[in-house]
Amino acid sequence: MIKVKINGEERNWDGDPDLSLMWFVRDELGLTGTKYGCGQAFCGACTVMVDKQAVRACITSVSDVVGREVTTIEGLHPSGDHAVQKAWRQANVPQCGYCQAGQIMQAAALLIENPKPSHDQIRDAMAGNICRCGCYQRIENAVHLASTGV
Amino acid sequence: MIMNIITRSDRLADRLGGFEERVTVEKISRRSVLKGLGIAGGLVLAAPVMSRQAFAAYQTGAGIMPHGTVVDPKVFVAIAPDGIVTILAHRAEMGTGVRTSLPLIVAEEMEADWSRVKVKQAPGDEVKYGNQDTDGSRSTRHYLIPMRQIGASARSMLEAAAAKRWGVPVSEVKAVNHEVVHSASGRKLGFGDLAADAAKEAVPNVETVKLKDPKDFRYLGKGQISTVDLRDITVGTAHYGSDTRLPGMKYAVIARPPVTGGKLVSFDATAAMKVSGVEKVMEVKGWPWPSKFQPLGGVAVIARNTGAAIKGRDALKIVWDDGDNAKYESVAYRAELEDAARKPGLVVRKEGDVDAALKSADRVITGEYYLPHLAHASMEPPVAVANVKDGKAEIWAPVQSPGGTREDVAKTLGIPDTDVTVNVTLLGGGFGRKSKCDFALEAALLSKELGVPIKVQWTREDDIRHDFLHTVSVERIEAGLDKAGKVIAWRHRSAAPTIASTFAAGASHAASFELGMGLVDMPFEIANIQCENPEVKAHTRIGWFRSVSNIPRAFAVQSMVGELAQATNRDQKTMLLELIGSPRIVNLDSVKDLWNYGEPYDSYPIDTGRLRRVVEYVAEKGGWGRTVPKGHGLGIAAHRSFVSYIATIVEASVDEKGKLTVHQVDTAIDCGTFVNPERIQSQVEGAAIMGLSLAKHGEITFKDGRVQQSNFDGFRVIRMDEAPLVTNVHIVPVDADTPPSGAGEPGLPPFAPALINAIFAATGKRIRSLPIGKQLEA
Repeated sequence: MIKVKINGEERNWDGDPDLSLMWFVRDELGLTGTKYGCGQAFCGACTVMVDKQAVRACITSVSDVVGREVTTIEGLHPSGDHAVQKAWRQANVPQCGYCQAGQIMQAAALLIENPKPSHDQIRDAMAGNICRCGCYQRIENAVHLASTGV
Repeated sequence: MIMNIITRSDRLADRLGGFEERVTVEKISRRSVLKGLGIAGGLVLAAPVMSRQAFAAYQTGAGIMPHGTVVDPKVFVAIAPDGIVTILAHRAEMGTGVRTSLPLIVAEEMEADWSRVKVKQAPGDEVKYGNQDTDGSRSTRHYLIPMRQIGASARSMLEAAAAKRWGVPVSEVKAVNHEVVHSASGRKLGFGDLAADAAKEAVPNVETVKLKDPKDFRYLGKGQISTVDLRDITVGTAHYGSDTRLPGMKYAVIARPPVTGGKLVSFDATAAMKVSGVEKVMEVKGWPWPSKFQPLGGVAVIARNTGAAIKGRDALKIVWDDGDNAKYESVAYRAELEDAARKPGLVVRKEGDVDAALKSADRVITGEYYLPHLAHASMEPPVAVANVKDGKAEIWAPVQSPGGTREDVAKTLGIPDTDVTVNVTLLGGGFGRKSKCDFALEAALLSKELGVPIKVQWTREDDIRHDFLHTVSVERIEAGLDKAGKVIAWRHRSAAPTIASTFAAGASHAASFELGMGLVDMPFEIANIQCENPEVKAHTRIGWFRSVSNIPRAFAVQSMVGELAQATNRDQKTMLLELIGSPRIVNLDSVKDLWNYGEPYDSYPIDTGRLRRVVEYVAEKGGWGRTVPKGHGLGIAAHRSFVSYIATIVEASVDEKGKLTVHQVDTAIDCGTFVNPERIQSQVEGAAIMGLSLAKHGEITFKDGRVQQSNFDGFRVIRMDEAPLVTNVHIVPVDADTPPSGAGEPGLPPFAPALINAIFAATGKRIRSLPIGKQLEA
C-alpha cells in the first residue's frame, strides 16, 4: 500500500507502484483535469506540480511522489481564481481547451520560480507545452498579465 | 473536414441525387445572374462585385446536407419559470466557439439576456435537430439565418403571450432584454412569467417572422462574449471525451494492424495477462479496406486503468498479415506522384488552348511542389466510452459527426438508430479527424461483447500511426508568359491520393469536392487555363484535414505567384493583383460538377473584387512594402476557401545557421457577416501556428507500409519558442446583409506560401518541398 498526498488529501494505492501519476489521478482518483496528450513528456498536457515544481505526470510514477505534495489543476486554487486562471479568462486564451490545464500549471510553476518573467523567458519556459490549436500568443500574453497583476 | 458527396455510405446515394439536381438548378440560375451582373466594367477597384441586393435572400447549401435544417423554437429553446433560458447547441465544440456562437444568435434575436442563458449540448439526433456534421467551416453560414429565425419565433411567442395577458394588440408590446414591455401602460413581464403561456402559442411561420434590424444587435458582431466553457476549462472541470467515467467502467487500448488493410493472424496474451491490473485480452472485429469509418480491428487489452491496459498491450505477441499495402514507401511514392504529374491527366477544367499557348509563350516558368502526408494530432487523441446493455447503446464521445456516429453505431451493432444515444462531449481538438467515428464503434463493439461500460483510449502512437491522414501531393504548374511578361497560359496538374479511396476500393481520381478546393476554382484572369488530375492509387486511409486540398493547392498557386514575380522582376503583391485581374464573378461554366463548398454559386460566387480587397486590406494594415531589417523578407499569399477570402503577409528571417524566425504575421479575412469576431481572430491566429507547423516540420512518412513517426518527437508541431513573435488578424468589414462564410479552416492555406515567399525575399532560396526541415541549413 502506497500513501500519497494530492491536493492536500491523503490517497492510498494498492496497485502497481509504477503506474504513472497521470493515469492514477485520472482513472483511479477521477481527477480528470490533468490530461493525457502523449505519455512521453513531449507535450505537457499532463503537467502537475510536485512540491511547487512543474512535473510531467505521465512519466512520473505513483511511487515517485510518496512523501511529496502533488497539486493538480483541481487543487491550484480553492475557487479557481489563481492569478494565472484569472489572466487566462481575461485574455480568452483557450480554443479547444484540452491542453490548458497543463499550460496553466506550467505557468503557475514558472511564476513561483520567476515572478516577473520577460517575454523571452515565458516563451522558453512554456515551450514544453504543446497547443495544437495554436493559442501561444494569448498564452504568452496571459502569463505576462498574471505576472503583472490581473 | 469537408463531408460532402462522399461520406457515410448510406448517405451517399441521397446526396449524389440531391447534388446532381442542385448542380442543374444552380447552372441555370447562375447564368441568369451572370447575365445581370457579370459585366465588371465600371465597378470600383477592390469592391465586391455582387450587388448587396442580390444577397438579401441568399440561399445556402444547408438543405442538401443529410437531414437538412430544423427551424423550431420548441426544439431549441426552453424557458424555465425562473427566467433561465436554455438554448441547445446541436453542433460539436472543438475550439471554434460554435457552442457559444450559435446559441448567442438565438439569444440575440429573442432578446434574451446572455447572463440568464444556459447552453445545453444536444445529443446526436439529426431527425430532431437537423444536420450536425460540424465540419466544412459551415456552422455559421448554414445556421445564422435558422438560428435567427428560431430566436425571433421565440420572441414573437413571448410577445403574443404578453399581449393576450394584458388584452392589448401584439403590435403594442415589445421584448426587450429578457422581458416583454407594454410601453403605453408601463407594464412589464419577465420571460419566466410568460414561459408557460408562450409555450402554448403556435410557432409562427419562420419564413416570415420579423428579424431584428442588425443595427439593434447587442451581441452579434461585437466580440464581447467569452465562450461558455471558458471558466470550466481554466479550472479543469470542462468535460472532454476522455473525461467520461461510469460505474463499473473498464479501460481498453487496442493493438491495430500496422499496415492499412492488414489483418490479425494470431496473438499470444500470456505475458499481457500477467500485468497488474489487466483483466482481459480479446480480438476486436475489423473491416476490410477500404473500411470507411469502420474499425481497423486488432487485439484489445481491457484493464482497471489505462496505464495497465497500455502496459498489457506492450506485452502482447501478435502476428499480422500485412496485406496489399505492405510495400507502401514514401520516397518511391513521391517519385510515382512526380511521374504522374509530368504526364497528361484527366482534364477537369479547360479554357482556351493551353498547349498552343505554352508553345507560343516567350517563356515558361515551371514549379513542381511536394507536400507530404500530415497527421491531425489533436491534443486529445481519439477516445470514446460506450455502454451497451439490453439491446441499447449509449455513447459518450468527442465527435464532429454526432448524427453520423449514431447511425454508424446502430448499423455496426445491428440495432435501430432510436436505440442509440450519442452524448457529445467537448472535443480536445478535431481538425477533421473526429468526423470519423471509428473509435466510438470500437468502444461499442467491446462494450456489447463484455456487457460493461468500456472506454477505448487511443494513445498518441495510435493516433499518429492509424490516422485518416491528410493526402500527399505533387502539384505541378506551368505558366506561359508573353514578351511583355503577361501570363497567357496556366496548366496545373494535381496528383494526390483521394479521400474517395477511403470509401470506394480503387478510387484514383479526386472527388469533385477535392477538385473544387483550389484547383478548378483558381481565380486568375488568364486566357488559357487547363487543370488536370492524373490517376494515383492510395495505400493508406486518407481523410479530411483542416482546409483539406486547399493546403497543397494554395501552396502551389501562391508559390508560383512568387516565382512569376521573381521571373518578371515585379513586386509580389503587384503580380498577385495582376493575376487576379479585374473585379468580376469568375465564370466556371467550363467545370463539370463544380463544387462550391456545397453552396449555391449565386449566393457564394468567386468574387475577385473581394479577393482583391483582402489583398489590399492586408497590405495596408500589415504594412506591405515596409522597410524590414537586413536579412528579413516579406511574403504575401491570398486564397479563397470555404467561400471566404483570406490574404496573409509574413515577415521572416533566416540566420547564418539556417534558423528560421517568423517575426510578424498579418492576415486579413473577409468571411462575410460574422457573429463573434473575437473567435474568428483566435481561429486565424491558430491557423498561423498550424500553418507554420506544416511548413516547418509536418511530415508523415511510410516504410514497409508502416508509419515511421509515432509521437511528437517524430511528428513535430510548433512550440511557443518557435511561434511567430506577433500575429495580427484584420477582419474586413462588410455590409450587414453579406452572407456569412467560413472561419475555422480558410486561415490555414495561405500561411505556408506567404512564409515561403518571405523566405525567398529574405534569402533568395525557393522552397518547393515541404516540410522546410533542414533545407535552410547551409
